[in-house]
Amino acid sequence: MKSFATFGNELYTGERSYEFVGKRKIWFGITGLAVLVSLLIPMLGGGFNFGIEFRGGSQFTISEVAHTDAVIGEEAVDQAVPGTAAVVTNIAGKTMQVQTDRLTDDETLKVSDALKSAYGVTDDHITSTFVGPTWGQDVSRQAIIGFIVFVLLATVLMAVYFRTWRMSIAAVVGMLVVMVVTAGVYAASRFEVTPSAIIGFLTILSYSLYDTVVVFDKIRENTADITKSVRRTFGEEVNLAVNQTLVRSINTMMVAVLPVASILFIGAFLLGAGTLRDLSLALFIGIIVSTFSTIFVAAPLYAWLREREPELARQAKKVHSRRASEANETAKTVNV
Amino acid sequence: MARTGPTSTARRTLLWLAAIIIACTLAVGGGVLAGAASWSPKLGLDLEGGTQMILAPKVEGAGSITSEQLDQAVSIIRQRVDGSGVSEAQISTEGGNNVVVNMPGKPTDAERELIKASANMNFRPVIVATQVPSGAVPEAEQTPADKLPVPTAAPVNASDPNWVDAALMKQFEATSCIAPLTDRPTSSDPAKPLVSCEPDSGIKYILGPVEIPGKWIKTASYGLQAGAQGATTNEWSVQLTLTKPEGAQAFKEVTQRLNSKYLANPEDPQSRFAIVLDDSVISAPASMAVITDGQSSITGQFTEESAKSLSDKLKFGSLPISFEIQSELQISATLGLQQLEMGMLAGLIGLGLVVIYSLFQYRALGLVTISSLVIAGVITYLAIILLGWAENYRLSLAGVAGIIVAIGQTADSFIVYFERVRDELRDGRGLVAAVENGWARAKRTILASKAVNLLAALVLYFVSVGNVKGFAFTLGLTAVADLIVVFMFTHPTLQLLARTKFFGEGHRFSGLDPVQLGAIPLYRGAGRLRTPEETMEVVKGKNARAAGEAERRQTIAERRLAAKEAELVGSRGAGAAKSESNEDSKENK
Repeated sequence: MKSFATFGNELYTGERSYEFVGKRKIWFGITGLAVLVSLLIPMLGGGFNFGIEFRGGSQFTISEVAHTDAVIGEEAVDQAVPGTAAVVTNIAGKTMQVQTDRLTDDETLKVSDALKSAYGVTDDHITSTFVGPTWGQDVSRQAIIGFIVFVLLATVLMAVYFRTWRMSIAAVVGMLVVMVVTAGVYAASRFEVTPSAIIGFLTILSYSLYDTVVVFDKIRENTADITKSVRRTFGEEVNLAVNQTLVRSINTMMVAVLPVASILFIGAFLLGAGTLRDLSLALFIGIIVSTFSTIFVAAPLYAWLREREPELARQAKKVHSRRASEANETAKTVNV
Repeated sequence: MARTGPTSTARRTLLWLAAIIIACTLAVGGGVLAGAASWSPKLGLDLEGGTQMILAPKVEGAGSITSEQLDQAVSIIRQRVDGSGVSEAQISTEGGNNVVVNMPGKPTDAERELIKASANMNFRPVIVATQVPSGAVPEAEQTPADKLPVPTAAPVNASDPNWVDAALMKQFEATSCIAPLTDRPTSSDPAKPLVSCEPDSGIKYILGPVEIPGKWIKTASYGLQAGAQGATTNEWSVQLTLTKPEGAQAFKEVTQRLNSKYLANPEDPQSRFAIVLDDSVISAPASMAVITDGQSSITGQFTEESAKSLSDKLKFGSLPISFEIQSELQISATLGLQQLEMGMLAGLIGLGLVVIYSLFQYRALGLVTISSLVIAGVITYLAIILLGWAENYRLSLAGVAGIIVAIGQTADSFIVYFERVRDELRDGRGLVAAVENGWARAKRTILASKAVNLLAALVLYFVSVGNVKGFAFTLGLTAVADLIVVFMFTHPTLQLLARTKFFGEGHRFSGLDPVQLGAIPLYRGAGRLRTPEETMEVVKGKNARAAGEAERRQTIAERRLAAKEAELVGSRGAGAAKSESNEDSKENK
């Protein structure tokens, strides 16, 4: 196997090149399919599995239980407040989770006591959450406002920095693809959508744009004097920039994903449901999808948006004619 | 010597960084010695255990609530919680319309009710008042049972001393209005008399039944009192307006009764009425005039601040704001500890993986990444402690997650930088020049991309509620720490390392080996271009180095150019070749 550094060298000189821009129809097709599937998953799979924060209700988490039998919990809840349906799950190791409809304060205390004695744990090992029906809406409303404000400001920031709004458009489209695909995978996982997951999604927003900005900055550098050059067409320069930053993209993805993967592992297998797990799943998928989206969606899209500008079209023509004449003349001339 | 410039700047920058870190450490150390700070960060409720209630205010009748009203509501809740003896409760507003109460342990039913209930403001006439701040009367000095007052007749009005019976007198004597305060109820029966304290003065009262309920207070304001001639005096006063007709009518009757007592004896406590908020007296002015139109003015040694405070209390305390519990979370201390341990474990594993990957990818250069991450960690840690101390910032689980996520994003700055340096090496530059050129390019990228991160953190912080806030905060904090480290540690360190033998000569394990990076000349001969830095490099290079250096003198650009020129010389005009060469050399500057 070639060393990673050699791989990087070949990408840098253009000796090895992947057709991110040239074959964009294929990449856009695959992306479209992924987006479609991601939209269909929640539609066909019965939507998202909204957590208690969005539905409203009461939730009890009992750790260090002696038995992980769900029936014990169901009976305890039914005895404490007759007629209350409880969903009891063993979320991890010796931890049980009990979810019920909204209970009054009084009932919450009763159920908490009943569960405590049913599972034989002390006060220290029971945690209760009571969520009113509007809390989740509050969180989501604020998150949506945050999303819109951030996207608008980031679009302006990028347009100012790169001096072209087309980069903003390409970056934001890439980010939207990330959002949809991440949401689709999240829905497929059947993990609960909790405020922690929302945090994860918001972070992905920023990560996705962050990643795109790094690659776009290299594109900006490579294409700064494009109209004065006849070496490569605009699309080719963009493609070279993506290839040149490919090693960085892979390294960054790995370094970003490793800590998240460790949270996901700890969260999912040792702690069970909770902040860490929900957050890290969204991040885990989002970081990987972001890296791909920058390379396969945002950069080719940007090339496509710019390529048809008259000036760049003229430049492309010059490049092609130069190549054609060179090919002719090389054929005519004997070796130098 | 051109080299001393960047080297000494680099050294100076590193010293500055060290100075900043030492200064922060000393600040925290000083705080610890003074007993105000601690070496470990303050923990949020989800890590420490306790109860968090998120309350949404409800105003009867009115649709929404202003931020002023909310602030007042928060101060009312704070008084109630503090008054109920729960220590260390933190109460804050959030997202412009919610109130968050964090407290250790579990609140009792009574405490929960207390927090939810709407403020209870009303006016009661004073029946008995002490002259000075009063504690409980010692058991031995209390009035014996046979001497306790026995009402002789049914009370005729709210100020009638006949309201005071044996039980009430006993309670009055046992109550302390100076520390330690006696626990008192906060939602008493409005139709019955009440034993109460004025927390500001420590004066103890027996008050008659409620005569003016809070809903009759229309509004209140404060300002400088107008004198007899209409000119403003220097005395602050609070203007109170009651609703018409019921408020004004009732107040007229009260002031008529009280004012007659005042005219008979200005010192008579029964000439006063008490403004009572949640069963605590906030002010007890005497009735110096009969108020017939519901417009009265309260005067007496107010400062601007105390006048505003009373007027705010009158204005907002009378609002029937009650609270609905939106979310209540009780976390046992064990669970909190478990989550913290797991979070730290996840962070350590994540960090370990990043260390292994960096060393694998960047060899010795990975060590620079690792030490940069450590420094970023130290800065973040100090910032969290300092903020915990100054701003009472508490680290939550979401915040811990933010820090773990930041490991990757911080490391990315180094990756971007190192890759640029490698690109420069691939172009055939010497390491010193490659570091400077690579940095000039990477700096722009790092600043632009971190701006996106900071923007996200800021927007999330200002817009969001709950957990999201804590997360956004650490995300922003780590982005700043990252920038500090990249500028003040990673780059200066690399500048210095570039001049060492190990890195400068491109040792196989340095991660910057030109041979591995493909900077080996493939073509030799015509068309050599040398940038000024490179030329200097040769002059300064050691002899051993010069030999190797000569091998890699030719840049990729030069190679390409040489090949192309050779190709073009016969076929195209000299002019075309010249413009091409300009293009290439420009591209690699």
